[in-house]
Amino acid sequence: MTQLDTLQASTPQKKKLHPRVKALLRPGFLLGFFILSSSILLAVFPWAFAPYDPNAFDFNAIQKSPSWAHPFGTDNLGRDTLSRVIWAYQVDMQIAFFATFFAMVIGVVVGSLVAYHGGIADVLFGRLVDVTITFPFLVLVIAVVAVLGPGLTNMYVAVTLVQWVYYARLTRAEIMTQMTSDYASAGRVMGYSSTRIIFRHLLPNATTPLITYWMTDMALAILLGSSLGYLGLGAQPPQAEWGVLIAEGRNFITTAWWMSLMPGIAIVVTGLGFSLVGDSLADVLRPRGAS
Amino acid sequence: MTNQNESLLQVRDLTTTFHSKGRALRAVDGISFDVRAGEVLGLVGESGSGKSISLRSIIGLARDYGTVEGNVYWKGEDLLTRTDKQLQCVRGSQISMIFQEPMTSLNPLLTIGLQIEENLKAHTDLDRRARKARAIELLDTVGIPSASSRLKDFPHQFSGGMRQRVMIAIALASNPELLLADEPTTALDVTIQDQILQLLLSLAKNLNMAIVLVTHDLGVVAQTCDRVAVMYAGRLVETGSVRDVLKRPRHPYTLGLLKSVPENIPPRTPLYSVPGTPPALDALPKGCAFAPRCHKAEDVCLGSKPPLSVLGDGISSACHFTVDIREEVLA
Amino acid sequence: MTYEAPVLEVEDLHLHFPLKRTLFDAIQRKEKRIVKALNGVSLEVKRGETLGIVGESGCGKSTLARCLARLYEADKGTIRYDGQEVAAKDAGALREYNRKVQMMFQDPYSSLNPRMTVRQVLTEALRVHNMRPPEQINDRIAELLDLVRLPQDAADKLPHEFSGGQRQRIAIARALSVEPEVLVADELVSALDVSVQAQVVNLLLELQDKLDLTILFVAHDLRLVRHVSHRVAVIYLGTIVEIGDSEQLFNAPKHPYSKALLAAAPSLDPDKRHTRPSISGELPSPLNVPKGCAFHARCPHASGRCQSETPRLRALDELGNVACHHAEALLSA
Repeated sequence: MTQLDTLQASTPQKKKLHPRVKALLRPGFLLGFFILSSSILLAVFPWAFAPYDPNAFDFNAIQKSPSWAHPFGTDNLGRDTLSRVIWAYQVDMQIAFFATFFAMVIGVVVGSLVAYHGGIADVLFGRLVDVTITFPFLVLVIAVVAVLGPGLTNMYVAVTLVQWVYYARLTRAEIMTQMTSDYASAGRVMGYSSTRIIFRHLLPNATTPLITYWMTDMALAILLGSSLGYLGLGAQPPQAEWGVLIAEGRNFITTAWWMSLMPGIAIVVTGLGFSLVGDSLADVLRPRGAS
Repeated sequence: MTNQNESLLQVRDLTTTFHSKGRALRAVDGISFDVRAGEVLGLVGESGSGKSISLRSIIGLARDYGTVEGNVYWKGEDLLTRTDKQLQCVRGSQISMIFQEPMTSLNPLLTIGLQIEENLKAHTDLDRRARKARAIELLDTVGIPSASSRLKDFPHQFSGGMRQRVMIAIALASNPELLLADEPTTALDVTIQDQILQLLLSLAKNLNMAIVLVTHDLGVVAQTCDRVAVMYAGRLVETGSVRDVLKRPRHPYTLGLLKSVPENIPPRTPLYSVPGTPPALDALPKGCAFAPRCHKAEDVCLGSKPPLSVLGDGISSACHFTVDIREEVLA
Repeated sequence: MTYEAPVLEVEDLHLHFPLKRTLFDAIQRKEKRIVKALNGVSLEVKRGETLGIVGESGCGKSTLARCLARLYEADKGTIRYDGQEVAAKDAGALREYNRKVQMMFQDPYSSLNPRMTVRQVLTEALRVHNMRPPEQINDRIAELLDLVRLPQDAADKLPHEFSGGQRQRIAIARALSVEPEVLVADELVSALDVSVQAQVVNLLLELQDKLDLTILFVAHDLRLVRHVSHRVAVIYLGTIVEIGDSEQLFNAPKHPYSKALLAAAPSLDPDKRHTRPSISGELPSPLNVPKGCAFHARCPHASGRCQSETPRLRALDELGNVACHHAEALLSA
């Protein structure tokens, strides 16, 4: 369908930047951007938004249902749930970043190198991927945390140890696709070093799916962090963390449902924010002229 | 229509418009031509000229992505007014089509025997036994060796040339009177292209089947077609018998195309080249679409589109200055 | 043409790609399948000439081009540049070889990094090879754009803003930026429309004269190869079946395959129609190259000897070599 190709190729030339701006003006992205930027604000300046001290007991207001004074209610020790949910942003956004960032960096470097150089390293990597994806992700992470001991730092280590394989697998596949393009061969013919070809030519063209995956993964990391917090393997009480909050409310689910529901909503909303932004970024980051 | 008996297919003012981002892009702009029974017509042009879209518009495939206007008379009846359902009794039976990529137009999960029989089932009254016999006969006709044993093979077990033969066999299943061929040999090597073209020619002759052959290769046109229609930017710029058009082109674009091909010129001398590139559909000039690249262009060319006018001997050309071109060819 | 030492010498080049054996194949104890892409190619390229390389898809012509550009490493055989064996060079000398031998690719849409502007592409090439001091780079880019006839404002555009023909010009500019001696053009204009093809071919011929380049022109379009080449090599299933002076080869091909190939090319003259296909059968798969002469199954002149004994490329006259047992007999017939 050569005709249709030219037809599509010829249209964007007139309106510069239009497709990208358009992708950014979609309601999905705007909503996601709003959620994420508020989340970051809450994570950086929790004291400015939280109406109460998150750890202050108020024995006059134990398990109060949501009211004007306590919009999200209070817990069994009289702590303001809204304040605790807000302070938990600090921990959970941190989890979103630290539990994914190092895995991504390691995965991208390893994935690029094995894809480009191939050989025995690639074969070994293939086996490692097979082994890793055989186990459910959570089980593997829990196993590592069990060895290292509970706590946030150990959780980051555990998640990174497991998660980098997924990033590496994705990067490897993307780089392999890019390597079928002649510009990679052209780089070799020009006598460029493999480091230059990988990191300056191939990788920039492989970032779109990586960024999208990273966004989704940050949402999943929050879920994972909360799950581990819930299980007592991640953040430790009395630190406010959504999973910990849900776990605390577990025993009172019939009498004080807000204790678990409110942090649950926070998880869902933040996760949604990451997904929406990731989705739109895929369109924005794609090189123009490519389909 | 008066000359129905003579012309199998009459295309009148065929116009296909795409709608993209609120703008109308005219891929095919009012083309008219006839196809007579048993004749091979070449529709030639560069990529983006609208030649494939024209072919797809004729058989109702372009409706899915654009607006098709004008008339396409098949034995006197207008195909464009028919619904898809009504088209089915023409499409695939009286008119068949083959494509450039034989791999993607065959179903990879079905044996080719099944795919041929499927077509026979839809368009003939043959029973199962007869269908199988006919399928073998068809594969034999298109030159596939040991046809009976290959019915059970899947498309990926055939080479590119053989797949195109299979496509032709499927197209022939219904004894069509017209075959629409969309760049059928572009993906093939020259020796295989030669074989497929010879096959198409002998089929046209033996089965009295007309062919509309879309191609970008003037050599293919010279070797196979009876008549040729040259397209540029969605319009026909020149039509006529192959010998007339290729030996004495009237339109500067046809001339430019012909002279760009390195044949009969001293080696390593500069080739004649048409300056610039074909216009994009969203930036078509107001006048003659070729004017910005034409060395003959004058004010009149920039202002008005020249109509396709008959110059005698069945030759038509769409140029304001057709007469002057002749001397140049001889020079 | 006076005799000069060849700039590139290729001797008995072999390259086989083993196909991955699936588990299923291993269970069935199938033999490992090998794509025999090059089976002993020998040729010389003289300085300043254009050597055309023709053949059908899968014949190994692109593989040969990629071997010369060092994208593939040959299994066997040698490539010599200016008399020195390339494989024996150290890393620094190899980089120099890579600079001197540049390659251009077929697909104008994938041979440029979609995220780099023309200026970035050219700057990178000029910097990596230290072709110019940093302050002269922009001037050099302007010169290069002039050389390939692109407007100056092209420098800051991204590849998708150009047409196919313009992209191939950018690829040529990139190759020329490192001031190479040999250009390997792998189907450089095959993806372009005829009218644009002519523009790029003219440019290539002009640049060759201006810059004294040696060109390997790999293409399947015989008319184009004939037009640009001084000498031509015809490849069939990874071996050269005929090599020689371009005009001589096209006017009077000696190998039956060359003959068939030329006859199959559609002429622009409607009066020169042939009514029977020039050759029957298809190119055998490079997975199992026939014994003896690889062409014997399709050759109208094949004899028993052709089935068992591989013909060597030998000189028939001073203008060319041919690999056919019956070349003399066919010539006199």
